[in-house]
Amino acid sequence: MGDLAQEIVRDLPEITAATDTRDYLAHAARFAQRHEKYELIVDVDAHLQEAQFWPEIIELLENDVLKQTAQTMLKGGMAMPLSNLAPGLNFQSMAGRVPHQSGPRERTDDPATAGHRFVQIVRRTMDTMGVDYQVIFPTSMLLLGLNPADGVELYLSRAYNRWLCEIILPQEKRILGMVYLPFNSPEACEQLVKEFGGVSGVVGFTVTSVRFAPVHSPSYMRLYSMIEDTGKPLVFHAGPNWNDASFKTLNRFISMHSLSFVHYNLIHMTNWVINAIPERFPKLKVLWVESGLAWIPYLMQRLDHEFLMRQNEAPGLKKLPSDYMREMYFSSQPMEQVHPKALQVTMEMINAESQLLYASDWPHWDFNPPHTVTTLPFLSDQAKRNILGLNAARLFDLPIKRLRPRPEDVVAQRKTDVLDAPAFREAREEDAELRFPGQA
Amino acid sequence: MPEVNIGKASSFQDPGRRVVEIGSVQIGVFQLDGKFYAYENRCPHLGGPACQGKILPRVLEAVAEDKKSAGRVFSRDQLNIICPWHGFEFDIRTGKHVAISKYRLRPVPIRTGGGDVYVTLPRKGESGP
Ligand code: FES
Repeated sequence: MGDLAQEIVRDLPEITAATDTRDYLAHAARFAQRHEKYELIVDVDAHLQEAQFWPEIIELLENDVLKQTAQTMLKGGMAMPLSNLAPGLNFQSMAGRVPHQSGPRERTDDPATAGHRFVQIVRRTMDTMGVDYQVIFPTSMLLLGLNPADGVELYLSRAYNRWLCEIILPQEKRILGMVYLPFNSPEACEQLVKEFGGVSGVVGFTVTSVRFAPVHSPSYMRLYSMIEDTGKPLVFHAGPNWNDASFKTLNRFISMHSLSFVHYNLIHMTNWVINAIPERFPKLKVLWVESGLAWIPYLMQRLDHEFLMRQNEAPGLKKLPSDYMREMYFSSQPMEQVHPKALQVTMEMINAESQLLYASDWPHWDFNPPHTVTTLPFLSDQAKRNILGLNAARLFDLPIKRLRPRPEDVVAQRKTDVLDAPAFREAREEDAELRFPGQA
Repeated sequence: MPEVNIGKASSFQDPGRRVVEIGSVQIGVFQLDGKFYAYENRCPHLGGPACQGKILPRVLEAVAEDKKSAGRVFSRDQLNIICPWHGFEFDIRTGKHVAISKYRLRPVPIRTGGGDVYVTLPRKGESGP
């Protein structure tokens, strides 16, 4: 037995979907104390969970019929009318094992704190994880490209872009956004590029990858040209689709998720490269988001191998497919870390030092805090700096200026705030009522 | 290494859990079938607050004699603590990841005496994140 210490013992509650982001991510704030030396940290992929903000987006629908339809459905109790979120995707939180996936249910009613509820939550996330900027993407809308209903993608994307650009971005310069392109309607995409491309805080244009559109179609060439002229990147954001014919044979979410997030980007990248789009738009910057990293060397090897034999089918290429891919940008999440040697080779193959951008994917279940990058043993300090923020600063034309608070201050402030907060007390009461299956 | 009295044994449910913060150290304390277990509240994956997650029985694949799967079922005797950051599941009795045991929560010495529960704090520098 050692010495008996007289210490203050503080109870910590169970973490639930109602837990304040600052408490949920408190351990990330402790790690953030070790990444103080990095001058800029940009999280290029974080998410809005639209459900609780859906009525605000619906309100901005510019089609009366769709608006009336959606509002009637909302009144009837439907959470996200007009969206086509597949029921199987509710498995994301693993039956509550990863509660933040089902949030946010935290409180944001402190009268001392200004701002839209979503803005408040994003500020909490940025401060606690220790990032300077966060780029926001939608979640359920990632599947909108498959919505068969007339005009839904067109009008919802416009409403979302307005919500983002008119309500959210003006409130916080650390929040950045991408214009959602309704890719099923190329001309509408062009209109949105013109209308929202120059808004402060808009750093690119996103195509949600889950769709069956050939990216090399002639109907997109004017759009690519316009985006190239803006100097901002075109961003393919991956997503899941359990309804894809092949994926219907997968009986577990893990299987579908492992393949689906890669699948659509594999297809789009293949079409993009084999049709020599980079030769036609040499200044167009392209960023591939949320497919992890392992798929890139796989595709590089497959395409290079076949290209040397079948050059006549890809006559627009002046170099190997992998050479074009190495000039594109990739986001880091979800970083496959179980095989470090493979990860190291992957980073070398994609020129991670100049082409990789840190992404958290918060608040999704497979998120990566910044220390996913800072703790990698094989990267040089300069490579970490670049991946964490400097590559994003170059791509998005951001000033290299620290905006995040000191993590020590974030931790200390929260400790003082938390003890009397109603949410903390409620969470403790919930914890005290812990019951296990089979227990009375 | 200092020991800290964290309260009455009778204040714990069985099965039950408390996560305590003592200085900069966070420790998850569990009671299961009358026995106490304690681990640092730090996940071996990315340092998440593993002990503050949901507690659920282990999920098993029920395979019949004829090798046909009868789907997934809950274990009747194994309870897991699940890290809320990404879902790593650890057996409460061993602190080990249920499938790949090299991933494990760091155990903390724990004992009861005179009706109280005592944990031994890890040495400075041993604990994180
Ligand atoms: S940090 Fe615990 S599962 Fe990832």
